[in-house]
Amino acid sequence: MFPTPIQQTSRLTQISYKVALPLTILIWLLPLAAIMMTSVRSIADINAGNYWGWPEQWMLIENYTEVFARTNMGRYLLNSVLVTVPVMIFSVGLATMAGFALAKYKFTGRIAIFAVFIGGNFVPFQILMIPVRDLTIQTGLYDTIWALIIFHTAFQTGFCTLFMRNFIVGLPDELFESCRLEGASEWQIFTKIVLPLVRPALAALSVLIFTFIWNDYFWALVLVQSDEVRPITAGISALRGQWLASWQLISAGSIVAALPPVILFFAMQRHFIAGLTLGATKG
Amino acid sequence: MQETSGQSRWHALTPWLFMLPAMLLFAVYVIIPIFQSIWISFFDWDGIGDKVFIGFGNYAELLEDPQFWTSLWNNVLWLIFYMLAVPIGLGVALFLNQQVLGIRAVKSLFFFPFVISQVIVGVVFSWFYDPSSGLLQDIIGVFGFEPLPILASESMATYGIIAAGLWPQIAYTMILYLTGLNNLSPDQIEAARMDGAHGWSMLWKVIIPQLRPATFIAVVVTVIGALRSFDLVATMTGGGPYGSTSVLAFFMYEQSIFSYRMGYGAAIATVLFLLMLLYIAFFLWRMLRAERG
Repeated sequence: MFPTPIQQTSRLTQISYKVALPLTILIWLLPLAAIMMTSVRSIADINAGNYWGWPEQWMLIENYTEVFARTNMGRYLLNSVLVTVPVMIFSVGLATMAGFALAKYKFTGRIAIFAVFIGGNFVPFQILMIPVRDLTIQTGLYDTIWALIIFHTAFQTGFCTLFMRNFIVGLPDELFESCRLEGASEWQIFTKIVLPLVRPALAALSVLIFTFIWNDYFWALVLVQSDEVRPITAGISALRGQWLASWQLISAGSIVAALPPVILFFAMQRHFIAGLTLGATKG
Repeated sequence: MQETSGQSRWHALTPWLFMLPAMLLFAVYVIIPIFQSIWISFFDWDGIGDKVFIGFGNYAELLEDPQFWTSLWNNVLWLIFYMLAVPIGLGVALFLNQQVLGIRAVKSLFFFPFVISQVIVGVVFSWFYDPSSGLLQDIIGVFGFEPLPILASESMATYGIIAAGLWPQIAYTMILYLTGLNNLSPDQIEAARMDGAHGWSMLWKVIIPQLRPATFIAVVVTVIGALRSFDLVATMTGGGPYGSTSVLAFFMYEQSIFSYRMGYGAAIATVLFLLMLLYIAFFLWRMLRAERG
């Protein structure tokens, strides 16, 4: 283990480590703490410059209610869910099929197709923007939930295919061979063998995709524009324009917007990190 | 005989059928648009009317456009300073790689800025920098400095935004390194300890070489993050003051959506794409080399 376990060091080092640890985390999360404190203050408090002191008035319920009552926050949250959940299902589903093909069949062009899926992941969004926006307008999907669902599904399929292919390639070949000998069709092999076995990967991948899509801002700006379909990221930034200096509301709204991925992360932490660090140990 | 050859032909088709939906979607929404954008970059086009072919006209104009150079230069600054996330992430990971009570909770708290949307990170840091009552002013005030309106200053705003971007990015590289540190070979470390290596020499000669895969991924995601920077610029300054914080991604969006200059925007996107292509090619080459053996 590196560095040397703290238990094997001098008493002084041990104590200073235990002091430094909470201190660092405090400093690290300070900007966030500032937003949280601001979200429970009154506007008078903020204008008076009471930034770190005890709030003169606790406005926790008032501020958060106001965010939902006076704006379309609820609608934005719902839109984000309506976009994120289908994308998770579609892209992971399509990628499991494609990943299976790339992992367990030998055919010419396999490496090239795999490379295209990987490479496509890294392109800057701007090189896709004009044609994708045009296509969306032409197909009549502009400013609908489907504009975002279809684009995100397509784009995330690249990353998901890379992920699933690398997972499936580790499954034992004998399993598939013995099923073929028993006369199972390829589709049966997929549904009866592959799907149950990839379940651990599905969890990791789904939480990652949820976070990516929930946090998307660029496409939410480019493919939709009305409040009825706007996801939370674009919603928050539109509200900032309206609220101007009402920092207590901006803060409360931001916390509401950040909450779903944060909760998901803390609930599924192990899967999340397993997914994210795939490739950090080999390759 | 007929039967078998039909079957084998069917068999050869199977992987393609499995890949078909994914390939089709990916081609229509990702691969083909790349070529379409490059094509559009040779036209003068407002997005609605007729396209007028102007050859390399847009690119020639880019070379003369100071806003392009500012944006490109800011992307270079992003690349350089965003890279700090790699050593800092390693430092934090080394700091946290201990087994003490509550360390798991500390690691998650360190990591979670990464799961927050960049739009929110932008809000958080705008408040942090706020010249009238932001936390930063209070901190520097303790040392007797005047308030610094970071985001309103042409010379400082980009650095302010990059610092905000480092916050989630360090969390990301840290988690990559923590995973890497978990997978170190204990034998090699013990052997090195026997040979008298410790501290810095151990870190340089034994640990960092073993962390190469983690470093590689950390560098790749950081480069891509730097070239993709858009959300923070859009939410924190909107490219201002006076276009001083614009990056290529933002400049492209601005030209296409607000100025209706699709051809010009496509040319900016193409430049950004070519920059990224260098890295994609490098990444693919590494990845496929590892794949072959």
